[in-house]
Amino acid sequence: MSGTVPETPRRAADEVRERVAALPDPELPVIGLGDLGVVGTVAPADDGVLEVEITPTYLGCPALPEITAAVREVLTACGHPDGRVRQVLTLPWTTDRITPEGRRRLAAHGIAPPVSPAAGTPVTVGLGEVPCPHCGSRATRPHSDFGPSRCQSVLWCTACREPFPHLTAL
Amino acid sequence: MSITSDAPAARPHPLPGGPPAADPDLARHLLRLGDDALVLGQRLCQWITRAPTIDEDLALSNIALDLIGHARALLTRAGRLDGTGRTEDDLAYGRTDREFTNVLLTELPNGDFAVTVARQLVYSHYAVLYYGSLAHCPDPDLAGFGARAAKEVAYHRLHADRWTVTLGRGTEESARRMRDGLERVWPYTAELFEEDEGLRRLAASGRVPSPAPLRETWLGRVTEVVTRAGLTVPGPAWSATGGRAGLHTEEFGPLIAELQSVRRQFPGGTW
Repeated sequence: MSGTVPETPRRAADEVRERVAALPDPELPVIGLGDLGVVGTVAPADDGVLEVEITPTYLGCPALPEITAAVREVLTACGHPDGRVRQVLTLPWTTDRITPEGRRRLAAHGIAPPVSPAAGTPVTVGLGEVPCPHCGSRATRPHSDFGPSRCQSVLWCTACREPFPHLTAL
Repeated sequence: MSITSDAPAARPHPLPGGPPAADPDLARHLLRLGDDALVLGQRLCQWITRAPTIDEDLALSNIALDLIGHARALLTRAGRLDGTGRTEDDLAYGRTDREFTNVLLTELPNGDFAVTVARQLVYSHYAVLYYGSLAHCPDPDLAGFGARAAKEVAYHRLHADRWTVTLGRGTEESARRMRDGLERVWPYTAELFEEDEGLRRLAASGRVPSPAPLRETWLGRVTEVVTRAGLTVPGPAWSATGGRAGLHTEEFGPLIAELQSVRRQFPGGTW
């Protein structure tokens, strides 16, 4: 860094983590990265540089570059322009990592949260398993296993006759 | 165009003379797995705007997206291990057709929808087993990748199973096409379980699983679905091989040309 610009004071790791967790997910902007469960440890690495761990949801998630860029901005704004974003795969993401607050926010925005805990093998939902996020009816049935983004499938409510996305348990 | 098998060595790479290959056996194995995923993903992308329904358009493109995600992780790792320092992009866009080491199954033209379903059936059942085993390997990053990828391909398997049964038990026409699709892809399945010296060395030291022993379980599971579809598994008449050595089918060239076209027109371009 040149000395011409006054340096932003370096914020503590906890504060950086809080701000990263509050960033909206690019594909599901109703939910923060923290509630989605993709933010791992935020701590200085061996060389003293602050490192933010991100666990991708799907390995091919197209939102990753955007997430990485947004986290870098937070790092810079928090006085860590040399900070790093590190993708970790060692503990793979599952929908079980979504917080209760995250599930509530998804449902409030018309996206049914995953109904079952993520089993080792994916299962598609059957009749009446997912309550409709619009009218609460259980008269729902699967429509398509694949939906508007990789993590969503599409169901259909026979009560209010609305299709709705469902975050597939995986 | 390279026409000899030692062509890769003659090609300049980003780190001239670079560091010695750190782990050539593992690099080669991960490159092969990555090429399988990349080439199948690219093939499936050719269904976009051409699938029988919009839901299938979404399904096949989402499956392709997952596969390309798997390829990115595998190629990145392969480039770090092979001593050339190549990135995932260097490997995907900067190699000639002879340098790709995918199994021939993944490059077969899509055919009709039933051929694509048949290929998804045999590949996803294999990938669930292989990635599932990889999840138990001692390398934590590779194990984490295997665990996550196994879940994703299990979802693809669900899709393939359902369509195999739907087409097999549908009309006379759909059953005939499903049967033809299985006949078309079947000779290309043996290559998925091939092993060479390098892979045997890796497997013997317990670093990655060996694919050959998974074949029996794979056959049992595929047979179960095909039987449920009211069809029979084709008999082993002949087996294709050569993809692992870079010997590809005639249809491979145009596929790779399309994959690499933007990089050729705008070398080094960013946006």
